[in-house]
Amino acid sequence: MPEHPETDDLSAEVIGIIAETQRIPAETISIDSTLEQLKIDSLDGINIVFALEEKFGINIPDEGVQNMRSVRDIVEGVRGVVEETNQTVPPGVA
Amino acid sequence: MNRVAVTGLGLVCALGNTVPECWNRLAAGETGIAQLKDPGNPPYKFQKGAEARSFNASDHFTERDLIMLERFAQLATVAAREAVAQSGLSFNGDLADKSAVITGSSIGGQFTEEEGYLRLYKDGNPRIAPLTIPRTMANAGASRISFEFGIHGPAYTVSTACSSSNHALGQAFWLVRSGQATAALAGGSEAVFSEGLLRAWEAMRVVSPDVCRPFSTDRKGLTLGEGGGMLVLENWERAKARGATILGEIVGFGMSSDAYHITQPSSDGPAKAMLWALQDAGRSAADIDYINAHGTGTLANDVTESEAIRRIFPNHSTSLLVSSTKSMHGHTLGAAGAIEAIATILALNHGIVPPTVNCTSVDPACGLDVVPNTPRLADLEFAMSNTFAFGGLNAALIMRRA
Repeated sequence: MPEHPETDDLSAEVIGIIAETQRIPAETISIDSTLEQLKIDSLDGINIVFALEEKFGINIPDEGVQNMRSVRDIVEGVRGVVEETNQTVPPGVA
Repeated sequence: MNRVAVTGLGLVCALGNTVPECWNRLAAGETGIAQLKDPGNPPYKFQKGAEARSFNASDHFTERDLIMLERFAQLATVAAREAVAQSGLSFNGDLADKSAVITGSSIGGQFTEEEGYLRLYKDGNPRIAPLTIPRTMANAGASRISFEFGIHGPAYTVSTACSSSNHALGQAFWLVRSGQATAALAGGSEAVFSEGLLRAWEAMRVVSPDVCRPFSTDRKGLTLGEGGGMLVLENWERAKARGATILGEIVGFGMSSDAYHITQPSSDGPAKAMLWALQDAGRSAADIDYINAHGTGTLANDVTESEAIRRIFPNHSTSLLVSSTKSMHGHTLGAAGAIEAIATILALNHGIVPPTVNCTSVDPACGLDVVPNTPRLADLEFAMSNTFAFGGLNAALIMRRA
């Protein structure tokens, strides 16, 4: 089982992915930035979610995506799914 | 009924990234067909293609734009920009609502689709790139063009294989002629050099292992090409009133279906399309000075097209010139009608017929003056551009010198 990302690491990683996907400098993104402030529309949002799913090997549910309004929402959403995923022990591993 | 002026042209293909670049080469009989950049592994049975090599997407679009735009939509958009710039039109006020965008594309965004399939079926990864749908949709070019220029009238895409953009132009011509639209941006684009598509064409056994030699006895098939062509059509009186430079006039359009065979051409369908285009224009066959033929370079097309032309045009053995510019820009499928309409308008304008190059010896079974190898100076007033698609769908567009 890989190391669980630390809180700050996770935020930084998510911000890095948003920056890369949106082609904007990471310094312009803070944990409290809203998606509106970052000019992230719904289509950009699904690109970001796709990149996050790839990066963390998770599945973010559609209803979770629809409620994301800020970078913090995304970070917490990812954290929730990552934790849930890590708690589910794959069959045969235990 | 309104007269329909052509006030802008835009073109990207193997011959260049602008209309003047492409025309200089067409008028000089220079081919854009070259060795394929990627020979394939195992190598494709054909190694020649008309790739738009000097087209560099990042010269024209931001990285963010490119997330949304597949190559075929990029080609349509860049061609549309050139055409609109030449026309001098701004789509403001009423004109925004009274203008149309009609594009042709035979396959849409093939690269994205293939990437998706690779992940899905080869890598067993069920997670597909999230913008696969908007990137692959065949109307991606039409949509991009309409929002880039703020055009709010009818906007759609026609997909009739190799006739796609000729059908698009015909529809746009009728919209402007009837007054339903004041102006229209019409044409089409295609990006064919994806591995899956090249293998599919290989399997059809219609692509030449050699270059494309239309109407030549030793022709061995077509050569694929990529590109985009867009035209600005405009109500003639409005164009005149605003002092626009009128590059040509569209005067007639005809379309027909062979209702015969999915790939085997027939001469009856093409003959009907040509005849109906003449009737639509109110012209007789003898008025036509030049035909930009479908002329794919396949054994079947060139002989049946020639037969249809000889049947409809009594002047075929005396004054009618026919050439296939596919010998220079390749067969661009859904973009063919648009690229060839542009070539035809420029031929009328300059009084130069672009030749059929790579013609070793004209097939006597074709029996036409196909302007082999050398451009011809000619006083032209009316010209026709033909496209005949797999599925037996035919279109003929008639243009007049301005």
